[in-house]
Amino acid sequence: MNQGAKRWLLAGVALAIGVSFLSSYFNRYYLGVAIDVGINIILAVSLNLINGHTGQFSLGHAGFMAVGGYTAAKFTLELSPSVPPALSPLLFLAALTLGGLVAALVGLSVGVPTLRLRGDYLAIVTLGFGEIIRVVFQNLEAVGAASGLKGIANWTGFGWAWSLAVITVFTIASLVNSTYGRGFIAVHDDEVAASAMGVNPVRYKVTAFVVGAFFAGVAGALYAHHKQFLSPTGFDFMKSIDIVVMVILGGMGRTAGVILAAILLTVLPEALRDFASYRMILYSLLIIVLMMVRPQGLFNWPLFGNATRH
Amino acid sequence: MVSADPSAQMNWLQQLINGFGLGSIYALIALGYTMVYGVLRFINFAHSDVLMLGAFAAFFLAPKVEGFVPRQSYAGALLILVLAAAVCAVIGILIERLAYRPLRNRPKLTVLITAIGVSLFIEFSCQHRAIFGAQTRPFPKLLPEHTFHVGELTIASYDIMVPLVTMVLLVILWFVVQRTRIGTAMRAVAYNHQAACLMGVNIDRVISFTFGLGSALAAVAGILYALKAPGIEPLMGIQPGLRAFVAAVLGGIGNLPGAVLGGLVLGLLETFAGGIPGISNYRDGIAFAILILILLFRPAGLLGRAQVEKV
Repeated sequence: MNQGAKRWLLAGVALAIGVSFLSSYFNRYYLGVAIDVGINIILAVSLNLINGHTGQFSLGHAGFMAVGGYTAAKFTLELSPSVPPALSPLLFLAALTLGGLVAALVGLSVGVPTLRLRGDYLAIVTLGFGEIIRVVFQNLEAVGAASGLKGIANWTGFGWAWSLAVITVFTIASLVNSTYGRGFIAVHDDEVAASAMGVNPVRYKVTAFVVGAFFAGVAGALYAHHKQFLSPTGFDFMKSIDIVVMVILGGMGRTAGVILAAILLTVLPEALRDFASYRMILYSLLIIVLMMVRPQGLFNWPLFGNATRH
Repeated sequence: MVSADPSAQMNWLQQLINGFGLGSIYALIALGYTMVYGVLRFINFAHSDVLMLGAFAAFFLAPKVEGFVPRQSYAGALLILVLAAAVCAVIGILIERLAYRPLRNRPKLTVLITAIGVSLFIEFSCQHRAIFGAQTRPFPKLLPEHTFHVGELTIASYDIMVPLVTMVLLVILWFVVQRTRIGTAMRAVAYNHQAACLMGVNIDRVISFTFGLGSALAAVAGILYALKAPGIEPLMGIQPGLRAFVAAVLGGIGNLPGAVLGGLVLGLLETFAGGIPGISNYRDGIAFAILILILLFRPAGLLGRAQVEKV
């Protein structure tokens, strides 16, 4: 399985980079949506590690994304004048890594309170962290405060977004499917039983937060260099909810379903632009109805791997 | 300005009064969170939207009530308050009936997600132009306004009325919870669901009653909040709602006196922090920072008692 998965990884990255060479032939609008889809896949799959596989409930994913986005954007804005254009892909790679690492560091600090919290408390604390991060950026003059950070280079191409999406999916899927990763699912299923079996729930929860935050930070960095503008209001509670809905719709803990949901929920609002005022009403109704009728998610079929745990 | 010292002291007193008013409003909202948590063990995210609906109910009721009670009179304000509270009680009961009751025995996470869904549903439907629309509307002045001057201190009648209304409601609530049959049933359900059920307590009725009571308090809080806010809009409930939730956790969730204490502490802290230059910009973050600190060091809250989880 591992060998096969690695082949998929290489094929996916190769395909993403291959397509990116053709990107100048595509309609710019569709290309933009395709990049959005890639970024949202990273966000949804990384949140799925926390909310799905590990069974925690984080409402602060947009906060991690903001940390990664702002860090990377500030980094490239500061350094790009002194770096020759030929080296800009390297600079971008460094910015993506840095964004991810700083977000992971913040993830660690959010992960630590989870040692004592579960369920609703955890949800509200992660929500609080997300809000605090937003308030901090709103007041930080160095990153433009409330008026936002402008003039970020447009470096996120199709190749970057999708190859990183493939890498994210591969990393998280292999992590969860590894011997070590079974611990995430054990913590999800029953924390007490898991710790009785020698699985350290604290370690798994913190790991989930750190890894999830890392990829959210990378997604934020990609987002910053795609939209070329960052505003603190773009990372509010609603952004976190957007990502949570992708995970719920796809089926918590189901990678394939979550990817499908991320694609659907990025493309659908674009297609339904004329009905934008109904979009969020439908979203919220969808959450309520799904929880009543199909709490395991819409795209949770036996077709996509092993049976669900609920 | 005569000298810096007395005016600074006056300023301090003024902040104290403002903080007390704000804290009373938080306390009223926090009571709803804490009561529902007591009987159902989950956070009713839609509570902050009931607060908004209360303000809107008053907004639409005010012109109608003017027909038979003079404008800006205490009788009229009381009538509006009671009517809006009744409307919200019905809404609260309906929310529980339609959204939460079918999920009563499901995992807690499912109910939590549903509660978020309900909250978003109310917010976004109300923002739609066919219902309230997203714009901010000026809230009518329901009360005659006086200002009292005590030395250099200016006290608006509003600042006295808010803690007063809160106190009256708290006395009523205390009476209901401690001295009536349904209140006893509420405490029984909060203490032990199954045992209460075996003793013949009608759980469904108690839960409906709890939602009704909490929502009525939220409606009053919403109106009091709207009186001082620049206007009302469908998202107005989110910020006070979140603060009140923090207040409930601060006092120890499930604990009624704790919710009041938490509300007052939070209101005072926030008002004083808002007066300090440099920190005032971070006001929105303060409540959450406090929340995280409490949960780290005293997860059961100020008045709550830690519970050992049994397997």
